Amino acid sequence: MKFITIDKKDWAKGIEKSRKTYQLFGPVKDENGFLIKSLEHDILPDMDYYDSVMSAKSILFPQTEKMLCATLDESKKDHHIMKKAEIDYSPRAVVGIRPYDAKAIMLVNLNFDTDEYRDPYWCDAYEATTFVGLGINKPGPFDFSTSTGTGPFGEEGLDVLLADLDDKYLAKVLTNKGEVFMNACEFKTQADEKESQALFDILRKEAEKNIASHIDTAKLKEKTILELHEAPFWDDIAFSCINCGTCTYVCPTCWCFDIQDEVKQKDSVRLRIWDTCMSSLFTRHATGHNPRETKVQRVRQRFMHKLKYFLDKYDQGIMCVGCGRCVKSCPVNIDIREVCTTMNSYEKQD
Amino acid sequence: MENPYLPYPVRIDDIEIATEDKSLKTFKFVFLNPEDEDKFSYQAGQFAELSIPGVGEIPIGIASSPVEKGFVKFTVFKTGVVTAHLHNMKVGDIMGIRGPLGNWYPWDKLENKNVVIIGGGFAFTTLRSSIIYMLDPANRSKFKNIDVVYGARSPGMLLYREELFEWEKRDDINMHITVDGTDDPDWKYHTGFVPTIVEQNAPKADEDTYAIICGPPIMIKFTQPSLTQLGYKEHQIIMSLENRMKCGIGMCGRCNIGKELVCKDGPVFTLEQINQTPKEY
Ligand SMILES: Cc1cc2nc3c(=O)[nH]c(=O)nc-3n(C[C@H](O)[C@H](O)[C@H](O)COP(=O)(O)OP(=O)(O)OC[C@H]3O[C@@H](n4cnc5c(N)ncnc54)[C@H](O)[C@@H]3O)c2cc1C
Ligand code: SF4
Ligand code: SF4
Ligand code: FES
Repeated sequence: MKFITIDKKDWAKGIEKSRKTYQLFGPVKDENGFLIKSLEHDILPDMDYYDSVMSAKSILFPQTEKMLCATLDESKKDHHIMKKAEIDYSPRAVVGIRPYDAKAIMLVNLNFDTDEYRDPYWCDAYEATTFVGLGINKPGPFDFSTSTGTGPFGEEGLDVLLADLDDKYLAKVLTNKGEVFMNACEFKTQADEKESQALFDILRKEAEKNIASHIDTAKLKEKTILELHEAPFWDDIAFSCINCGTCTYVCPTCWCFDIQDEVKQKDSVRLRIWDTCMSSLFTRHATGHNPRETKVQRVRQRFMHKLKYFLDKYDQGIMCVGCGRCVKSCPVNIDIREVCTTMNSYEKQD
Repeated sequence: MENPYLPYPVRIDDIEIATEDKSLKTFKFVFLNPEDEDKFSYQAGQFAELSIPGVGEIPIGIASSPVEKGFVKFTVFKTGVVTAHLHNMKVGDIMGIRGPLGNWYPWDKLENKNVVIIGGGFAFTTLRSSIIYMLDPANRSKFKNIDVVYGARSPGMLLYREELFEWEKRDDINMHITVDGTDDPDWKYHTGFVPTIVEQNAPKADEDTYAIICGPPIMIKFTQPSLTQLGYKEHQIIMSLENRMKCGIGMCGRCNIGKELVCKDGPVFTLEQINQTPKEY
């Protein structure tokens, strides 16, 4: 494995150089906190951020995205014939993405890239993107990512992992894509492999020690879907939920979307828009019949999807990377860690 | 791989009013590019997204049959935004079709079996497709007895009336047509609800008999006990579910029952499968 040392004095210059080939994204602060946004002109990623309110999923899966367009002007030969919207898939890089967010992208990829169908919007964006991660030296109180198979220095889904060493970054180059990005930045000072790995190991262990909250998922697998679905605890869990949907929008692993058409003059576009299973409209039939009519049914759906259906379907762990965003943002303090414990320890009474 | 969200362009070739109250119309579409018809090769029981640029998309069961060539047909009930817009469209208009989507009735498993088809209301579309498929001279010998129980509110609300009465005259299919009620003194068929007609007329189940049910939830609910009484086991009862859908290809996440996505893993399931999932349909 190749390691590169980057003096922080050279950081800005290198990042600027990469703009020749890459469109850059990274953490930026606005009045709501940190967001992962496009780094226009000379804006640098704010590498001192703690965590971001929203995850990096929007880089591949924008909140609103044009899918198709068509002209409705009947004087045009191709009127009412839909075509794929033009989207720029030139190389892009997300600089400073947290390891749990990169892992989340791997999980969402399972949904969008399948043997049967390939979602071209997600897949093309995914292929165009280089993920330059930033290890978390001091994880916050909501972080439980060590329990979800990632952790503050997790490497899955990343092309480069950076460790912040005060006056410099130590970069672990994980893939060819990562190597190409480092070259574009002209970051070339190789560091000793053994020493660097040892340093990463120390940082990781130190960081992991700071993670105080853990969840146990070991027993979720052995329970049946119906057992958990019919368990008596859902009313209590859902009691205070106001169905605002925040937990689903901030979640890096939630991918549900709606499809809507819009028309401006004679031009129509088909858009996809983030949706939420917390809304009753999500499942309501035209007849008015609704398979998830009540709040309890919808809250149960969210947790069952994350902690059971996904687990059973893909056998790749739960659909949660332990970022803690939903816990932090929920206005009524519904906590997935507690729900997971309740589900994991549930024993059906006969 | 192709963009699974991009519909094939089609032209409306014919529109037929399907029921006396005009709430249902049958649309016949022709593909603008003939090679798209080959790509849209389907099986009875599948559905498609009817796609109107600027308005939206709706999942609709394919009512034409794989043995009918040169067009595809759908019968649509007017209820909301897209269906209302479609009802106002004219022959010659251009729109799109995306599919075929979902699984289909298990035709391999149904070979050399007795098949009982049970439909209610306007959920008869993919059942029509299935009957035409089974009655095709190339296929009829693959199946043993075919029984059909089909009911609607009144005679004028039965879909595909002419075909029903044609089938009624044939001796290789047993039709049990019923209406909830009628004041037509010449009505020659049954009156009564589907579950009762099933109980009185459907064949008793042996190992080689399968039932396919499509209809409003209430009909399905009350027909199940009738079938159980006739000896049908859970794996011999085949159903097609309708959940709200958008993508139709298992990506947008709204149509699930447990870990199954109705659009991709379904819409066809056996009662045995359904009984192992949360009943969120
Ligand atoms: C597999 C399948 C087969 C179907 N086959 C037929 C058929 O052959 N004939 C027929 O008339 N109807 C059929 N339906 C129901 C039909 O899809 C809805 O009536 C239709 O989507 C309503 O659309 P709308 O825009 O008019 O209603 P609105 O209430 O305005 O709905 C807005 C959108 O929500 C979604 N939606 C709403 N209700 C449903 C629903 N019940 N099922 C799925 N999506 C929904 C659609 O994307 C729709 O465009 C089928 C549904 C499914 C899932
Ligand atoms: S954020 Fe909290 S209140 Fe809002 S939908 Fe999620 S669980 Fe319910
Ligand atoms: S469920 Fe909550 S903690 Fe888990 S990944 Fe989503 S937002 Fe983060
Ligand atoms: S309709 Fe999108 S997942 Fe089924």
